[in-house]
Amino acid sequence: MVQKLISRLRRRRAVGVGIDLVEVADVAAALASPRADRYLELVYSEAERRDCATPDGRVDPARLAARFAAKEAAWKALGDAAMQLGWRSVEVVRGRHGQPSLRLSAPAARIAQSLGIRRFAVSLTHEPAYAAAVVVATR
Amino acid sequence: MKDERIRKVLATHGRLPVEAAGLPDDANLYSAGMTSHASVNVMLALEEEFDVEFPDEMLTRSAFESIDSISAALTTLGVE
Repeated sequence: MVQKLISRLRRRRAVGVGIDLVEVADVAAALASPRADRYLELVYSEAERRDCATPDGRVDPARLAARFAAKEAAWKALGDAAMQLGWRSVEVVRGRHGQPSLRLSAPAARIAQSLGIRRFAVSLTHEPAYAAAVVVATR
Repeated sequence: MKDERIRKVLATHGRLPVEAAGLPDDANLYSAGMTSHASVNVMLALEEEFDVEFPDEMLTRSAFESIDSISAALTTLGVE
């Protein structure tokens, strides 16, 4: 995972980096609250919710937490301008082989463009208690 | 009164390492230790407390960065 990131960075110049750590219990608490539907709708795209679904129809809080961490890590990579963005502005999507990448909303893409960012590399991980993500923005 | 209710929500859902009651109105809540995920819980609790729904365009991190900014967002939604 890290080797892949390093390999990509050798080819492209990094212009921003972000990292974030999320407690899975926080996400699980939000999912258990009476406002769970609103929470899911406001923060995660339909594709993200689908990617985090368990075979029995529930949503895996650890995988959601990793996606939340990716959003925060992307905002950090984008800098102060990202304060104007919402939670749905950055979406984690899965490639054909399951590899994660980021899809940006139009306002987030405009900020990235203004900074000269053309691509993002993202890496996610989760354990039962914590989920984390690293995002590297490159030209 | 509105600010007191905001502080109550922050004390319950903001997971701040400091007392919400003692925070200046313009203090940056993220700098004070509120995590990004806690800010979502704060937003949901504010909707419940004030019986409002934040529209998409108001759901930015900056809208929830201080008691002042939260108060201004609620005022826009008609909360006095």
